[in-house]
Amino acid sequence: MTDLTTSVPARTASAKLPSPVRLGLSRAALETKMFFREKDAVVFTFSFPIILLALFGSIFSDDLPGGITVSQLYTAGLIGAGVMGASFQNLGISIAVDREDGTLKRLAGTPLPRPAYFVGKMLSVLVVAALEVAILLAIGVLMYDLKLPAEVGPWLTFVWVFVLGVSGSALLGIAASGVPRSARSAAAVIAMPFVVLQFISGVYIPFNQLPEWLIRIASVFPLKWMCQGFRSVFLGDAGAIQEITKSYELGRVALVLAAWVIGGLVLCLTTFRWKGRRDG
Amino acid sequence: MTTAIEVQGLTKNYGDVRAVAGLDLSVRQGEVFAILGPNGAGKSTTVEILEGYRSRDGGEVRVLGHDPGHPTRAWRSRIGIVLQTAEDAAELTVRETLRHFASYYPAPRDPDEVIDRVGLTEKADVRIRKLSGGQRRRVDVALGVVGNPELIFLDEPTTGFDPEARRQFWELIEALKDDGATIVLTTHYLEEAEALADRVAVIAKGRIVAEGEPATLGGRATAKARVTWADGSVETDTPTKTVLELSHRYDGEIPGLAVRRPTLEDVYLSLIEAPRD
Repeated sequence: MTDLTTSVPARTASAKLPSPVRLGLSRAALETKMFFREKDAVVFTFSFPIILLALFGSIFSDDLPGGITVSQLYTAGLIGAGVMGASFQNLGISIAVDREDGTLKRLAGTPLPRPAYFVGKMLSVLVVAALEVAILLAIGVLMYDLKLPAEVGPWLTFVWVFVLGVSGSALLGIAASGVPRSARSAAAVIAMPFVVLQFISGVYIPFNQLPEWLIRIASVFPLKWMCQGFRSVFLGDAGAIQEITKSYELGRVALVLAAWVIGGLVLCLTTFRWKGRRDG
Repeated sequence: MTTAIEVQGLTKNYGDVRAVAGLDLSVRQGEVFAILGPNGAGKSTTVEILEGYRSRDGGEVRVLGHDPGHPTRAWRSRIGIVLQTAEDAAELTVRETLRHFASYYPAPRDPDEVIDRVGLTEKADVRIRKLSGGQRRRVDVALGVVGNPELIFLDEPTTGFDPEARRQFWELIEALKDDGATIVLTTHYLEEAEALADRVAVIAKGRIVAEGEPATLGGRATAKARVTWADGSVETDTPTKTVLELSHRYDGEIPGLAVRRPTLEDVYLSLIEAPRD
């Protein structure tokens, strides 16, 4: 093999590369800024659960056994759906767009450490999802008599369900972003399974009205378990009787959501493409 | 003379198709090097391998002394890439985008200075979505140079430009060259290569078919000249002599006189035709 000698004055030899942590945070700030400036994405992400909550809360005002209202049930379910919308759906579509509009290619050509891109996406999703939850809770409390838990316990449950749920769904969204053939088809390809999942995961239709095989399918995915966790927080012990197993099964919720975080991470690491299909 | 890029025997296949077939190339530090070639000749593949975007199947490649097949952050911070088509960061302003990208590099240029350099000072606080196509390309160039790279890749930078925007763009490239950067440029415009490049290479069928200064490429400087005038035309090695004779014949001004050497385009077209046989 021939020796290829090159000598170029290194302009930057003395300067240190910026820290990956700082770049991850700076990506997060930028992603969040871009998200809120993209009016379509904001409307797409926020409006759906909010409109549905207002709608369902007004249509169904009956009480369930245990002094729980149907609207309370929907608040908890739509928080789950809202969180998954802000993470899975939002990332699945936005990364498909990033892949096509040149964002990923440009970033891959810079010294940005690649994990910083994902850290940015994940953190910005956490911000968006937290905001969505706050809005839904405000609607629930102000319009539909949702009682917020007074003790610390349920809030701790809320925090871990939220963090695990957002992380798992976000990673699943990153992996799913490779499925659509183009940015144009991304909204349909990503939103379709998500809508189906909402119908079979107890967001709109209570489990006691679903056939068992559908519940089994739903049990594979994180949404059912997220909603179950949120119901435990906002409906309390009185609502446990409405569950199929008469219990919120928080241990299984934690297990399934954690499995999705790990599974999602593996899926991302093995399938993520920095190139668009057009780039070969 | 030190080299910025050294390529020996580069090969790349896509399935059964041999896109790059043993390509040799050497780019000197501080020069503007243009790569010409028809679509599908292996031009983009070659450049993407040099940029560290694409893997290669064979050959030796060194870009700034480093194998681009294994890009590192330190190496990436020394090169700048101006992409062919990008519509990203539409909702950010020019200044926000430049500042953000500058933060990736260990010793970036001042973003405001770069914005000024590409002539976008007036548009600095405008969202990129609202820029014209030419202004958008200037942002791409600004992003490619904000890291203060030693080597800049420009992939068909002026496609879709009107003639005035192209002239302004050329001035920008000249300025970057004066700053000491090495520039590798692919283009479809022969006059662009002629105006900007110190040396050009023509790729056809995955190989370099000619390499040299634009003025002498493919024996251009020594090729026969064609002298045309109102009543005739002749191809000759000694055009000056022909013109003198004609001048005597017409006793002064020769009607419709033109002396023409092969243009870079003539040479280019004959070069890319040749290997097809």
